[in-house]
Amino acid sequence: MNLQTNIAGVTFQNPVMTASGTFGSGMEYSEFVDLNRLGAVVTKGVSNVPWTGNPTPRVAEVYGGMLNAIGLQNPGIDIFLERDIPFLKQFSTKVIVNVCGKTVRDYVEVVERLGEEKAVSMLEINVSCPNVKEGAIAFGQSAQALENITAEIKRHAVQPVIMKLSPNVTDMREMARAAEAAGADALSLINTITGMKIDIHRRKFVLANKTGGMSGPAIKPIAVRMVYEAAKAVNIPIIGMGGIADGEDAVEFLLAGASAVSVGAMNFVNPYATMDVLRGVEEYMRRHQVKNVTDLIGAVDE
Amino acid sequence: MKQKQKARVISQKQIGPDIYDMWLDTGIAGQTAAGQFICIYPKDRSTLLPRPISICEVNKEGTGIRVVYRIAGQGTREFSSYGEGDEADVLGPLGNGFPIGAAEGKRALLLGGGIGIPPILQLAKQIRGDKLIGAGYRDENLFLKEDLEQYARTVIATEDGSRGAKGNVLDAISEDGYEADVIFACGPMPMLRAVKEYARKKNIPAYISLEEHMACGVGACLGCVVKTKNVDAHSHVHNARICTDGPVFEAGEVEI
Repeated sequence: MNLQTNIAGVTFQNPVMTASGTFGSGMEYSEFVDLNRLGAVVTKGVSNVPWTGNPTPRVAEVYGGMLNAIGLQNPGIDIFLERDIPFLKQFSTKVIVNVCGKTVRDYVEVVERLGEEKAVSMLEINVSCPNVKEGAIAFGQSAQALENITAEIKRHAVQPVIMKLSPNVTDMREMARAAEAAGADALSLINTITGMKIDIHRRKFVLANKTGGMSGPAIKPIAVRMVYEAAKAVNIPIIGMGGIADGEDAVEFLLAGASAVSVGAMNFVNPYATMDVLRGVEEYMRRHQVKNVTDLIGAVDE
Repeated sequence: MKQKQKARVISQKQIGPDIYDMWLDTGIAGQTAAGQFICIYPKDRSTLLPRPISICEVNKEGTGIRVVYRIAGQGTREFSSYGEGDEADVLGPLGNGFPIGAAEGKRALLLGGGIGIPPILQLAKQIRGDKLIGAGYRDENLFLKEDLEQYARTVIATEDGSRGAKGNVLDAISEDGYEADVIFACGPMPMLRAVKEYARKKNIPAYISLEEHMACGVGACLGCVVKTKNVDAHSHVHNARICTDGPVFEAGEVEI
């Protein structure tokens, strides 16, 4: 059985990755999961300077999922390079660094700093966080803005670039095409869906930020549909995510057109979720006599 | 070492309005410290996130954890339906406990308010020196009072004045007149703010246990942060993670 998958010239030992923001830089979950067994660790968003994030409450549970409005709290690129990269270098797993910023210049600064870093296989550009007022999602909700930032990042990036797309758009295909046209090497989708929860007894918003990004199994059908649409619209590979809890969910994304998958909110529900997903994909391949995991990509019967 | 494993319910009983007392047979019991917490995972898949619940007590064999919790929503309502022999997924032990050593040779004040009272029990068992417990309740339902009294003299406050001092737990302390060298406290935020102010005036340290909405419970999601005086270890932005850097903080270290 061959679990290897390839994205923009980078080979991953298996298609199971971690969704940015749910797995830190792997330190916390390395107590539960052998990081060497992951397809890749996709880090939490890294900005040029430390970001404080939003006030609390930052998380809330909703039916079959959760809302978060962390606001991309992170220590910035300096500490990331000093602390997180050496930690990740201990493992054979590929590293994809998620990059966030408020301005194009912020993104480019981080992208350039990471360019010298051999341990980083790919960059994932977060233009889709719904919880940050400036930058971030502003670049991900207009096709023109997305095209511009993608092109600018591609001019400076050493590693292949994944654009992480927002589902909070009218037409995912248009956004996917814009990123591809500007030179993106791959796409990842979906980021969280903007949601809201109100505490009716206190008549207050549950999240201090009022709105938050929804994730978890409840959003999976939306994510599968969007991965399918994007895969039809572009020729670059896609990393699919949105509520993946087990191997069957992962296979669904692969069949919809994803070349790899990321496990996000379910890490919180089950610290071993990534390993359960990997085992489930293997079981499915055995049961259905699938030789190469890549044979599943986009293989839904039209 | 944190572990997620199956725990078996040894017993459960209701001990107050919406307040339940459950003993869990779990291998992690022997590794816990007073003030740490565990996450319990609901089985209903519509309620996904683990529920962080403080450890009330560990049995002397180190095989059982007692949790005393209030029904706050669907997850804890589900837990309240568990009976002897039922299984539950638990993750723990989580967070850092109370610094027991800070009580050595000191007069210690152990304060619990409402559903923050349970972790004070294990703490009272472990602090051997001179101590006074203060427990603040809403009304005459004085859950865990007899348990606490086994380990130290316990003074009571109730919001409605039906038992003990009327008001909060600090009202009971000032009525009593006990002069402490160190405080340990767990309870609602207004109480913790008052404890912080009380400790500042008395110029004594206060170790307070905070709570916040959590998702992962292990320091990855950055959901449960508190503003801190010094830069935090993770992000260097004065936002410590309550789950892993806490839940117990010296009151002067946090902005609450």
